[in-house]
Amino acid sequence: MIVKPPSFFQAMVRIAAKDLRAEMRSRSLISAMALFGVLTVMIFYYTLEGRPDLRAEALPAVLWVTVIFAGTQGLGRSLSQEHDRGTLDALLLAPISRSALFFGKLIVAWLFTLTVGVIVSGTMLILFNANLSNLGWWLMLLIGTLGFATMGTLLGSMAIHARARETTLPIIVLPIALPIVIGAVNACGAILEGKAFSEWSTWAGLLASLDVIFLALSFLLFDYVVEE
Amino acid sequence: MAVVGGTAPISTTPSSSTGEVVEYAQWRSRLLWYLTTCTGLGALVMLWMVLFYAGTDATQGHVQRIFYIHISAYSGGSVVFFVTVLAGVMYLITRNLKWDRLAVSSVEVGLPLMTVCLVTGAAWARPIWNTWWTADPRLNGMAVMWLLYAAYLTLRGAVENPDRRARFAAVYGILAFISVVYVFLIPRVRTDTMHPVVIGPSVSNPAAEGGFEVRVEDRMGATMGVAMIWWCTAALVLLWHRVRLENLAERVRAFKARLTN
Repeated sequence: MIVKPPSFFQAMVRIAAKDLRAEMRSRSLISAMALFGVLTVMIFYYTLEGRPDLRAEALPAVLWVTVIFAGTQGLGRSLSQEHDRGTLDALLLAPISRSALFFGKLIVAWLFTLTVGVIVSGTMLILFNANLSNLGWWLMLLIGTLGFATMGTLLGSMAIHARARETTLPIIVLPIALPIVIGAVNACGAILEGKAFSEWSTWAGLLASLDVIFLALSFLLFDYVVEE
Repeated sequence: MAVVGGTAPISTTPSSSTGEVVEYAQWRSRLLWYLTTCTGLGALVMLWMVLFYAGTDATQGHVQRIFYIHISAYSGGSVVFFVTVLAGVMYLITRNLKWDRLAVSSVEVGLPLMTVCLVTGAAWARPIWNTWWTADPRLNGMAVMWLLYAAYLTLRGAVENPDRRARFAAVYGILAFISVVYVFLIPRVRTDTMHPVVIGPSVSNPAAEGGFEVRVEDRMGATMGVAMIWWCTAALVLLWHRVRLENLAERVRAFKARLTN
């Protein structure tokens, strides 16, 4: 029987679905990331105890510090698990384009990071008494985590081959995540102060253009990262 | 002055499998040492121009002299970082490890030059902006760039397989160059950075061009030109020496491999 290889879109969706199904069964990764996120918010809550004025100001910082660090941890773990079990090698043998593999992985990484962001926002809603009803906050979370997940997936695929994975991944991902953090924190800060879109459109534009640049470069370069 | 032979000696790649001794063509070594001598003497000329010929700036005083070093160190650094991109692309196409040796050499030359740019920039900002550092878009870009290239070297150190290391480094070197382009462009296209544009036009923010005499004063313009040429040449000469060192290290590795087998 000849099985027709799936199209780019099909392959991408199937890879994402496979990862999600595996995660739904074990729930090890998302629970670890969520717990890490909540813990970090708690740490911020108690380190800022007695300074309620600072707490309100610190919200964007707390969100993005937590998302970036929890995201780096989670991405590193999910990719090394695949590498250690040999799943990645099997996927590379499949008759699908490498870009489909990349985008499938990216969707899952994005969903995970986004989930952490939502959980962290929810925790801050309760602990920091934050008003997160502005749609802009969630939009920034959406496009900020997209750029981060893109670079995390690309560079995470490199870090699994490194000698000290756990330290190498943050070192190579965080400098690239820094511009995302700068844009997102400034945008979220302006949003919380209830400023008009024109006040933070620059930062939203920075995030959107970083997403485009990162996606385009990953599309071009991922093949070179995973060949072998 | 373009250093024509800047990348030349790497074509005489020592064969890593046999470890045979490959000598560089004599004219290349001569050219390199001639250039090195010129660069060494040129440093004196550049410093003389910066300190005595250019004259003192009317508004900023002696601090303005830092510009001649600050901007040209960035130029030299960006030239060699562009070499990193070219070497990375060439490695991905040809899979010849000589390009990887060029890439690592260029980052190791570029990073100190960018450090010079950062340190002199901070030294200039302290009296003029009244702070060593501020979260200005261009300064942010510079910080990201420095961290990216430092991470490049860390990444290389963490991957053992030479082919894989070369591949990853090529990808990372290409990614990192975005920051160089960003730092160059940002004050030219945006209005919210207070960093001056000393050379060339600023499309959206003519105010950032500033009233620097570099644009109108011939002596200052000449000094800036000489400083730019000197730093770019020095960067390429250093790169050439660094590539030779890397080739030598490769030869030593090959000899070692032959001895242990």
